[in-house]
Amino acid sequence: MNDVTGAAPRSFETEDVLGIAHAWKAEGRKVALATVVTTWGSNPRPAGSMLAVDSKTQFCGSVSGGCIEGAVIREAMDVIEDGKPRLLDFGVTDTQAWDVGLACGGKVQVFVERLD
Amino acid sequence: MEREILNRIVEDRAAGRSVVLAKNLTSGSNVVLYPFEITEKSTLVEAAREAAASDESGSVTAADGTWFLQVFNPALRMILVGAVHISQPLTRMAAMAGYEVTVIDPRRAFATEARFPGLTVLTDWPDEAMEKLQPNRRTAVVALTHDPKIDDPALLVALKSDAFYIGALGSSKTHAKRKERMLAAGFSEATFNRIRGPVGLKIGARSPAEIAVSVLAEVIQALHAMEKAKEPA
Repeated sequence: MNDVTGAAPRSFETEDVLGIAHAWKAEGRKVALATVVTTWGSNPRPAGSMLAVDSKTQFCGSVSGGCIEGAVIREAMDVIEDGKPRLLDFGVTDTQAWDVGLACGGKVQVFVERLD
Repeated sequence: MEREILNRIVEDRAAGRSVVLAKNLTSGSNVVLYPFEITEKSTLVEAAREAAASDESGSVTAADGTWFLQVFNPALRMILVGAVHISQPLTRMAAMAGYEVTVIDPRRAFATEARFPGLTVLTDWPDEAMEKLQPNRRTAVVALTHDPKIDDPALLVALKSDAFYIGALGSSKTHAKRKERMLAAGFSEATFNRIRGPVGLKIGARSPAEIAVSVLAEVIQALHAMEKAKEPA
């Protein structure tokens, strides 16, 4: 058997955010995980998309096309601090609750939790 | 999320199991479900099964609140029988589309590292290689050698599996002869018809790279048609 080593290159869609978060945690880093749980209308990332972030704001993955990542990471810092999960709403109609909107006109709900 | 839950999902994924992580959005509690291994008939488990079958994460409301069901299906795989010219562009394109690609070819002159850098190339006899690889509902199998001695043993194993796509290169005439052999081997016509031949979408492909596009496009079409069929009405 000629077992040539090395896995096939993976696309960005299949970036293993959970695996990376797991590795970060094993290194002793403090990590929060954000997951898209609901989307309405046009959205760049489907439900189930994830972003992992550590306490130094290093992150991988995505929960939008880049519009709300900053706000999610800010919230994640509080989640890492107090350990309380949060359900965040983003969308064009939520500009009072959150100072970030989605340019595409969609709405998205993101669940942020700490990895314990 | 508790460490045990995260560890478990990482292990299950490495083992190629279909896993659904159910997250209660009110309480924040997490539960790990195995949709194709448990037969329980609760709202949560049935919704998890549908989510995994259609490969789409989503929410469901049960008596104890709203749950988000996050699907972790095993990686999509593509098994190519034949380390031929078409396989060279096809392995790269399929990898870009998110498939883990394996090439099988017992002819060592074809199955070289130089022709398929960084890829798993098995030089076992195709039926043995296929038994090892165990194609499942997330696997596409494409036979590309034109040689019945190599293609047929692989196709026989593929037809006994849940592979979502089975294709074989060759003209309509070649495919008709293949049919005779497969029916003689005891397969029903319905089972034989799982094999797509001539392989690929009709886009007038000529070069190996163009044929690779047409094959990959047909695989993608088959995958999403299957997922759609399994979505709740």
